[in-house]
Formats: sequence, C-alpha cells, structure tokens
Amino acid sequence: MNLSLKVWRQKNANSEGKFQQYDVQGISEDMSFLEMFDVLNERLINEGESPVAFDHDCREGICGMCSMYINGEPHGPNKGVTTCQLHMRSFKSGDTITVEPWRAKAFPIVKDLAVNRSAFDRIIAAGGYVSVNTGNAQDANSLPIPKDNADDAFMAAACIGCGACVAACKNASAMLFTSAKISQLALLPQGQAERTMRAEKMVAQMDVEGFGACTNTGACEAECPKGISLENIARMNREYYGAVLSSK
Amino acid sequence: MSWVTKTLSSSLGKKLIMAVTGLSLIAFLLVHCGINACIFLNDGGHTFNEAAEFMANNLFIRVTEVGLMAGFIIHIVDGLMLWKSNTDKRPVKYAVVKGEANSTWYSRSMGLLGSLLLIFLVIHLRHFWVVSRFTDVITSGEKTLFQEMTEVFANPIPVVIYVLGCISLAYHLLHGFQSAFQTMGWNHPKYTPFIKSVGAGFSILIPLIFAAMPIAMYLGWIA
Repeated sequence: MNLSLKVWRQKNANSEGKFQQYDVQGISEDMSFLEMFDVLNERLINEGESPVAFDHDCREGICGMCSMYINGEPHGPNKGVTTCQLHMRSFKSGDTITVEPWRAKAFPIVKDLAVNRSAFDRIIAAGGYVSVNTGNAQDANSLPIPKDNADDAFMAAACIGCGACVAACKNASAMLFTSAKISQLALLPQGQAERTMRAEKMVAQMDVEGFGACTNTGACEAECPKGISLENIARMNREYYGAVLSSK
Repeated sequence: MSWVTKTLSSSLGKKLIMAVTGLSLIAFLLVHCGINACIFLNDGGHTFNEAAEFMANNLFIRVTEVGLMAGFIIHIVDGLMLWKSNTDKRPVKYAVVKGEANSTWYSRSMGLLGSLLLIFLVIHLRHFWVVSRFTDVITSGEKTLFQEMTEVFANPIPVVIYVLGCISLAYHLLHGFQSAFQTMGWNHPKYTPFIKSVGAGFSILIPLIFAAMPIAMYLGWIA
C-alpha cells in the first residue's frame, strides 16, 4: 500500500505546530497503524530527520497509551479498538490520512502526537482509590455482591484511561473517564467507605484540570475502545448530587 | 463559597440547571400548545380567546409566568456560559472532525439551535406578548388575540419564520428532552427507552402542532 500522511509536527508544548506531509510506500495491509509509523520513523531517522513522537506501550489494546486522532476520529475509523489494534487493511492504497494529537486544554502536547495525560492521574489521585485496609481475599460467599453490580463494576473497570472520550467530545469533557472510575468503586462494597468524598473530590478535580461539561452527545461512548457506557455518567451525576446533599 | 454555589457552579451543577430549567420549559410548551390548539376548533377564535383571557387574568398563572421568565433567562444565560466555557476547553481545533461517525448533528448543535430559538423567541414575543401586555390593543377590545394572530399570519414572512422556529425547536427537543433525564442521573435499562420514545414523540408532535397554526391561518383554513 502507498499512503499519503498529513501528520501534526510540534517540537514542544510551547512551539507552534504544523501539518507535515509524508508519502509512505510498500506498507503491508497486515501492519498495525503504529507499525506503519515505525516504518516512517525508521526512514526519517535514516534521512537524519527527527522521528514522529507518539505514545505507545503494550500494542495489544490494554495499556491505553496510544492516542492518535485519525481522519477525524480518536483511534481511527474502527469501533472498539485502540490505534495499535487498527490495521492498515482498514484503509485503501492511495488514501490521504490526517493524524492529529488529542486536542484538549487539559492534555497539553508534549511533542508531535504525544500529549500529557497526567490530568487523569490527578483525578484518580483525588479520590479514585480505596484507602481502607480490605485485608486478604475473603471467601466469595462472605461478601455478597449482586451479579448485576459486579458486572457493571467490571464493565466500568475496563476503562484503560486512553483519553479517547476527551478527544472525541466536542467539549473535551472527561466525564466518561471520571464516571467509569467513580462507578467501579461505587458499585462494590470495598468502595463504600469513601463513596461520598470520592464523587465530590473527583468531580472537583476534573473541573480544576480544565475539562469541559457534558452535552450528552454520546460521542465518547461511540469512540471508546472499551465500550464504556453512558450509564456511568448518569451514575456519576447521581453519586455527585447525592454526595453534595449528604456530606458534612 | 457555600456548598450550594459550589455545586451549581461545577460542570455537573451547570448541566443540572440546564436540565431542570429545560424540563420546566417543556412543561410550559405543553400548556402553550394545548391553549393555542383551541384555534383548530375553528369557532372564530372564541374558545381560544376565552382561554387566553383566563391565562391573562388568573393570579396563579401570572405568578407562574414570573417563574417561566426566570426559567427562560436562566436556561439561556447558563447555556451561553456553558457554550463559552466548553469552547475554551479545546483552544486548538482539529483539522478534520468526523462528527457524524459518533453522534447526531443536532446533539452537537444545541448552542446553534438554541440561538436560533432565541432569535425566534424575540420575534414571537414582539408579535404577541408585547402587543397583549404592553399595548391596549387587546384590553381595549380593539382586537382579540385571535384577530392579532390572523393578521400576523396573513403575511408569508412570519409564517416561514415560525415554521423554521418550529423546526429548530423540534431538533432542540429531540436531543434536549432525553438529555435532561440523563443529566439528572435517570438512566436505567427499564425506563430509559420509554423516556427516549416519549421525548421523540413530544419533539415531533408539539412543534408540528405549533407549525400547523401559522400555515393553517395563512392558507385560510382557520378564520
């Protein structure tokens, strides 16, 4: 496959960025999108140019590091996959592909396509944890958890924190991420001790970081590689309203 | 900052204000549509004029009207504030956005649809509310509100404006109705499909009835 890439190049957070066009030839349709970038970067290094910086780690869709905005969609055109799982067979030879970084005030660009997502870490640090000592694993029957709650908590815990929700949202809102993290703990007995404080603090931190509000367009859910449901945002809203009314 | 101010100025609080005021405006639409639909009785505006007179003179309605105006103003101001703050959250825009891949155009255009509705609202208030409240045209018995309607809608320009206003209203409601429930945290597999169906029905039916009024008057079906 021969492709034309329009890639956002930006030296650092403070410099001006611009699109640079690259023609890549001989790309196998079995390559992942990141492997295609590896081919481009090898060529750039050989030519003495600076390679395109992009985040990646596990390359099997579970770490949440890859973060490219491809042809107007986070993680590209396929549903339920991260960029590392997007294969070149999803494109046609001769295509022009525009690749941009996640764009949000709360995700400053580090270099090229790599953005700083530590705002997510600070939201987690504000309350997305269980600090009570839960001890060793107990006998499963000693702590009854309704199957529905266990399933919903598991589904929420599938969030890998990649930030595609923020990238897809027209308001750069982090509500799908924050609500998934609040939900996974609110639904389980271990999360009850700090339930009230958690919702208040995580929502407050989300606002401090500079993420937008939710318009309920559903773009986040549609683009989430892990299929995190909008039901979590409704649950976060309930948790938050309940928390502000009941906290002392 | 008190906990109330803190809550209502948070991103979730601002959305809650939009949802609650939006639902109260939806309730108003239902009453407004019900009363105006009296013109379809085609009795020369008799029933409609009586209903309008009742609404104008009833103390409870007049007190509620203050709440309604507050609801409109809060919904508009809060909406504009949210639009401004949300726009600032992405200082560098994307070069390519494939919005249709993940959401409906009207859910992404609530600010635009709301602005069109605001323009329509100003025109609409000028046509009827200002005439009935701030002039003595109606109170002096010179004209009835029904006659005022027939005069306004004898001209094709207001008819087109009103139909466009109703189309904006339909799309604004199509997203806003169910979105308000989601914002209030009411999302459940049992009743969310019901809310969405009722919302879609309301969003189509109410603007359709409203749009039928100027069209019917212009075409002379109601006189």
